[in-house]
Amino acid sequence: MKNPRAIAIQIAFLLLPIAISLAVAAALVIAVGRDPFDVVDALWKGAFKDSRKLGGVFNFWIPLTLVSIGLVVTFRAGLWNIGVEGQMMMGAIFASWGAQFLLLPESLSPLLNVILIALSALGGMFWAFMVGILKIRLGVNEIFGGVALNALVNVISIYLISGPWQPRIGGSAQGTEPFPAPALLPEFAPTFPVNLFMIALVIAAFVVVYILLNATRWGLNLKAVGVNMRSALLLGVATERTSMSAFLVCGALAGIAGSYRVLFTFDNLRPLASGGIGFLGLLVVLLLSIRLLWAPLIAFAFAAILTGSTRLQIAPSLKLDSSLAGVMQGMLVLFVILFHGVQEVFFPGTLADEEDIEDPHPGSQKEGGA
Amino acid sequence: MNEEFLNTLGSIIGTATPLVIASLGETITERAGVVNLSLDGSLALAAVTGFAAAWTAQEAGILDLPMQIMVGIAAAMLIGALIALLVGFSSIKLRRDQVAVGFVLTLLAADLARFLGADYTRIPGPQITRFALPLLSDLPILGPVFFRQNLLVYFSYLLMFGIWFWLFRANGGLTLRAIGERPEAAYARGASVQRLRYWYTFLGGALVGLAGAAYSLNVKPGWASPPAMQGDGWIALAIVIFGGWHPFRVVLGAYLFAALRAVSSNIQTNGLFIFGQEINFPFVLLNTLPWLLMIVTLLIVSGGLTERLLQYAPRPVQRRLRAFLRSDPPKALGARFEME
Repeated sequence: MKNPRAIAIQIAFLLLPIAISLAVAAALVIAVGRDPFDVVDALWKGAFKDSRKLGGVFNFWIPLTLVSIGLVVTFRAGLWNIGVEGQMMMGAIFASWGAQFLLLPESLSPLLNVILIALSALGGMFWAFMVGILKIRLGVNEIFGGVALNALVNVISIYLISGPWQPRIGGSAQGTEPFPAPALLPEFAPTFPVNLFMIALVIAAFVVVYILLNATRWGLNLKAVGVNMRSALLLGVATERTSMSAFLVCGALAGIAGSYRVLFTFDNLRPLASGGIGFLGLLVVLLLSIRLLWAPLIAFAFAAILTGSTRLQIAPSLKLDSSLAGVMQGMLVLFVILFHGVQEVFFPGTLADEEDIEDPHPGSQKEGGA
Repeated sequence: MNEEFLNTLGSIIGTATPLVIASLGETITERAGVVNLSLDGSLALAAVTGFAAAWTAQEAGILDLPMQIMVGIAAAMLIGALIALLVGFSSIKLRRDQVAVGFVLTLLAADLARFLGADYTRIPGPQITRFALPLLSDLPILGPVFFRQNLLVYFSYLLMFGIWFWLFRANGGLTLRAIGERPEAAYARGASVQRLRYWYTFLGGALVGLAGAAYSLNVKPGWASPPAMQGDGWIALAIVIFGGWHPFRVVLGAYLFAALRAVSSNIQTNGLFIFGQEINFPFVLLNTLPWLLMIVTLLIVSGGLTERLLQYAPRPVQRRLRAFLRSDPPKALGARFEME
């Protein structure tokens, strides 16, 4: 049993990072001459005022949770899949291709939806495979490979939008023409604009990945590779194949997340359609020290902040840049990581169930940063 | 030689300077064994801070232009150094993963820059002026390319030679390399590993901050969202690897990237002519070139492919070729060091 002091410290370290990051964000808001309570009010109303707004939260939650689930898999294998943003984008491009050129009658719309989602998963896997092959076979660190491939797919999307896929009238770099109706994912109701099939898909992905990670040999192999590549190899784990499979699973989920952005959120392909959601997913997973269980909840909180932040620009008393959302999320993750360190270094022995804590430093056992 | 061509080379040197300074800063940080992955965000936040500080000094109307610039540079360097110190502190004292903290700081600093920069978007402010060096600027070829620049560019030359001298010709540099390669051995010989790591992280971060100011006060004057230097932090990190943590090669890498960019943007505005024949081609795709170059250079210097191909090279040149093509990171890069 733990003594009360340890429990008190435990709770303090849970709350401190949240309190401090909120305090810093409030200080920033005051520094630019606005009222922090107005910001809270705007964020809340922007996210939860009515069912339409709540739908908006779910529209961020769906892709964010998908990439977060995928990133838990790559982090388990000790891989820093920064390329997730590009994998989303490649999924979006594949889905956009299908949406424009695979024409099925309206009655077969559900089938077309499934085909397009499958295509987007392929697209994400393709781009994840590129990061994987660069990392595993060609020795290029996945962080740099990922960053470069993110940039490449952005250029490709701009090329497609301003070139072969440009709208017939008024071609510009803004986006393609809206996709034909059968290709788009239907919304549940105008008052709650969300696609239920995708929500079901997110839940299914969560359950399947949870089981795969915790109850299969594959999950064990991932963990072995993530904790120590060399001993995993000595234990007979096919390390290269395991790493690649982690990339592919994450790529597929990221690709599907990308398809939701173009087939539901925007109805067309736009530059940067992934909208930073992949990077946000990395923050979600870092916040959790790579544990999957809480990912949908944290993703919901982040999605709510993101949705609410659009109101910051409109609210007449504020007129603030929506990047405040990113600042708040970044601060929170930073302070959680730092305080975890403070607790570990200065208050050893007060940590919650030691066994439960995954290595919060993916890749820290590898040779170096390069 | 054609004067226009020399001027183009000169402008490449000028626009490459922020990349040069940032990569050199990261080089000394990594030489000490610390990876500061926050570069892309740090550059943006330092750029907007430097611009805002210089602009505020200008509006106050007390200081003259050189002093306004100095205020901006000092603020930017402070920001860069503070972010780097945070990476250092979290890894050295708090035992956090440098990559995780650096990545979070990259996103956080970029968002902070956008948030704080909203009021400074697209307004004119003080700019660093050109200053041709007397005598040197009259040299044939070298003059127009290297010596009709601004003081920051000249500083970058000095920085390159200074870092080279420190690393390979000075006692202090020997210790610096030791704490990045074999910290235990350095510690055994009396070096205070942790303190030196803090110091070089701080110094490298300050240089990254200076590079940020070099954007907003010179190369891409002012502030805009998305920032003009977006992505350059990652390129600078890749250049350090490409440069094999050696100042000369790092600077060469930065010039190579800047040259490629200049060529591709020139083609995009003026079109491409080969033997007087206009070549048509979706020029947007040229924007992939810096990133393809990044992948290819990393492939060559750190991948296993080069090693396999080297087997086919004639024996006598094999070793030299390997030394030329490959680069190995400091052995303790990213690793924690615990004193017993």
